[in-house]
Amino acid sequence: MKNNLLFDFTVDKASKTVFVNREFDADLSLVWDAFTKQEILDQWWAPKPWESKTKFMNFKVAGKRFYAMVGPEGQEHWSIQKYTSITPKTNFKYWNAFADKDENPELPGSEWDLNFNEQDGMTTVNITIYNESLQRMEQMIEMGFQGGFTMTLNYLEELLTRINH
Amino acid sequence: MEIRRDVFQAIADPTRRAILLLLASQAMAPNAIAEEFHTSRQAVSKHIQILTECELVKQEQKGREIYYHINAHKMKEIDKWIEQFKKIWETRFNQLDIVLSTIKKQKK
Repeated sequence: MKNNLLFDFTVDKASKTVFVNREFDADLSLVWDAFTKQEILDQWWAPKPWESKTKFMNFKVAGKRFYAMVGPEGQEHWSIQKYTSITPKTNFKYWNAFADKDENPELPGSEWDLNFNEQDGMTTVNITIYNESLQRMEQMIEMGFQGGFTMTLNYLEELLTRINH
Repeated sequence: MEIRRDVFQAIADPTRRAILLLLASQAMAPNAIAEEFHTSRQAVSKHIQILTECELVKQEQKGREIYYHINAHKMKEIDKWIEQFKKIWETRFNQLDIVLSTIKKQKK
């Protein structure tokens, strides 16, 4: 597998925005499916050892995806996404919020904008995540996009241990 | 144990990380910072004190008011923190690479 695939990740605190760009060695329709079909999405969305579990996903404008990041000890972090715009194989947008297990969103949320572009059999995905508030951005960072939270905490713990000794 | 005052201690707390994010865009007076949070003024002011001791935040006297602003140099250490979130996306996308390559093989 190619490991020289383009990957950019930037956090702009002033505009409360996170930018993620990534190139994939696959054609557009496959990458589009991987982002928009729940059975594929659940295979990769959660960074291991976390798992993504989609309770339902209705990929159409005004439709919703309700899913949980499930941790190794069974802990669940629910999120709800509401699709606001879909241009097949080009772009889709959704509003995302953390939620409780009964689908009640925790405001404020964030707005996601995903663009797909194929060139010479390679597909690039540009993701823009705009947070409605700094606190929300903080929460997202704190949760490490949920899945990576423990990973992040473990890293911090490791650092703290190292500093202590 | 001696009380630790370093950037990692500073960012270990969510309120302090939120204060840093606020100050990242502009210098602010303590009252203005406190207004952004639901906790008491005293609690916020304690957090600011810790941030100051960790040298992440500097104070500056402007007339009668004290303004807090970010110590950019120290904040570089925080960038390493942001790196962790980048890692999460890296992991996620590496997983997707494997999924894509598996699907491609199945199609052939």
